[in-house]
Amino acid sequence: MDTQLTLDQIAPGKRAEIVAVDWDALAPDEAKRLRALGLDEGARVAVAHRGIFLGADPMAIILGRTTIAIRSAHARAMQVKHP
Amino acid sequence: MSRVPVIALVGNPNAGKSALFNALTGARQKIANYPGVTVERKAGRAALPSGQPIELVDLPGSYSLDAASPDEEVTSKVVMGRFSGEAMPEVLVVVVDAANLEQHLVFAQELIALGRPVVVALNMIDLAERDGLVIDAAVLSEALGVPVVPTVAVRRRGLEALLTEIEKAPQQDRTHRHQAAELTLPERRLNAHNIVAGAILSETAAHRWHSRLDMVLLNPWSGPLILFGLLFVMFQAVFAWADPFITMIEDGIEDLIGFVETAMPDGILQDFLTQGVLSGVGSVIVFLPQIIILFAFILVMEQSGYMARAAFLMDRLMAYVGLSGRSFIPLLSSFACAIPGIMATRAIADPKDRLTTIMIAPLMTCSARLPVYAVIIGAFIPARTVGPGIGLQGLVLFGLYLFGIIGAMLVAFVLRRTVTKGAASGFIMEMPRYQMPIWRDLLIGLWQRAYIFLRRAGTIIFMATVILWVLLSFPKADPGESQVEASIAGHIADGLNVVMEPIGFNHEISLALIPAMAAREVAVSALATTYAIDGDEDEQAAGLTERLAMNWSLPTALAFLAWFVFAPQCLSTIAVARRETNGWKWPLVMIAYLFALAYVFAGITYWSAVALGL
Repeated sequence: MDTQLTLDQIAPGKRAEIVAVDWDALAPDEAKRLRALGLDEGARVAVAHRGIFLGADPMAIILGRTTIAIRSAHARAMQVKHP
Repeated sequence: MSRVPVIALVGNPNAGKSALFNALTGARQKIANYPGVTVERKAGRAALPSGQPIELVDLPGSYSLDAASPDEEVTSKVVMGRFSGEAMPEVLVVVVDAANLEQHLVFAQELIALGRPVVVALNMIDLAERDGLVIDAAVLSEALGVPVVPTVAVRRRGLEALLTEIEKAPQQDRTHRHQAAELTLPERRLNAHNIVAGAILSETAAHRWHSRLDMVLLNPWSGPLILFGLLFVMFQAVFAWADPFITMIEDGIEDLIGFVETAMPDGILQDFLTQGVLSGVGSVIVFLPQIIILFAFILVMEQSGYMARAAFLMDRLMAYVGLSGRSFIPLLSSFACAIPGIMATRAIADPKDRLTTIMIAPLMTCSARLPVYAVIIGAFIPARTVGPGIGLQGLVLFGLYLFGIIGAMLVAFVLRRTVTKGAASGFIMEMPRYQMPIWRDLLIGLWQRAYIFLRRAGTIIFMATVILWVLLSFPKADPGESQVEASIAGHIADGLNVVMEPIGFNHEISLALIPAMAAREVAVSALATTYAIDGDEDEQAAGLTERLAMNWSLPTALAFLAWFVFAPQCLSTIAVARRETNGWKWPLVMIAYLFALAYVFAGITYWSAVALGL
């Protein structure tokens, strides 16, 4: 099983489920914000859009009825599996 | 005097709190800062059904009482009654977006668990219904243990019912609420999910058109094209649509001057009113139409939800210089005026990001530079075309805007690696759903911006004009001597001229730069005043443009333009930077680096132009 799959590797239009988040890799306030928005273990998300310049940053993530913009660096801290 | 009870509106960002606040209070609002922090305090009066007046406070949108930004910290402290000088709110009105209930109920539960009188406003219920969601407010109220009132701020639906519940709230039975205080975040989220599942009567997958719009507006090809098209239209509109209104204001001021001249005896008081007050303040008020048009665009972009998409598109580009997409909005506003731009940096959570944005905001070409650019370009750049539909004058103006943007990006790049060094900031932003802008909110927003601008014109710029007039008019010159040379201002300019001469500036420019410290646009009226007080009959007859063309060399004119790309000649900007950074340190750094850049680039421009034989 591929345990190294992270959210930043998910292509636009595809779904994923967050299985673990490396909170220590994120700044404390950013971690707090991401949790408050619901980007936490167990969240089922879909990647909607990627940025227009090199690095495809930022990413637009759909979670329930909200769309949330995050950077790839945040997504890299989120381990996901295909639902 | 009995104390007016404070009622706080609190909830997630994008819950429609401000629209509800505007609907409840109308234009009777007081906007100030919370003491010691740069978070805006919005308060307004309303009345309960019994006639009891209340003070409504619109708290900054938050996700949790565990604050992650200065805004959230204010909300948290006020709600808990720990903000010194702020009365603890008698009733909390928790505003939730009906269409985004599962997310908003997480914070709502945290607030209800405080055990204070609470009323939930189930806001934007119409948009939820349009999206195919039918919610049973009674079930929701039962599950949460507090009254729930469906509201539609735009159509003033549910406002009476909400005020009635606010009035009854202090008598609520709150004994059982504290049990919920121990819940963890995942438990609250699970609770929210279950509550929503029980309260939603029917749900059709209907919020597709939001994602369809995103498909177009965030598309790698059409997205940027639409954004730049929109910005292009915006800048065109600022110039084209404003013209008739500017002419109207100018004519009005001229009529007023004519009236004063006929109604009053000649003499020093008449000169003071016409040359000093009316022409000086008038030359600034003519910018009101442009500022209103620019803000109309910005407010519509904000209210419709497009601004967050613009921030998304621009984030990567801003990241190159160490900023994030959030800085895009304040910097865009700074094209109108750096003051609202700097104030808009409050939305940036990262303090170093925010400071960097404040420091570069004055480099965005604000509307006050326009008259300066327009006069110089009109006098020195020939009105010929350099390509199909491209005029040379417009091209130079565009170049000056570009010069400012590139300068800002380079300065940000340097600052982020030196004085505001720190970990690369992130970009986390909830993208609000699209919605039609609300007329009332738009008009209230425009009125507030216009008021701030007019107050500035009525105070700082008025004072500067009056002082300049006095400095230029006294002492009176002997016959045959130039009034400007003999005046106090003339002598100050003599001193300044020693420094400014090496970069090609003449005595008149040195003179105009002194009052232009108050505001850049004053440079134009100062040049006009200088040449109007001084000079023979023939020269008086010619307009300022012709006079400049006669008296200045092209390298001098170009150096003058380069100077104004950078020079921090705006007292209001410096004052607002001081307020927003809580001290003099950063405004002084700002003034120093901008004057240094202005001097260096004006010098380079002058000597290059001379070397090229222009």
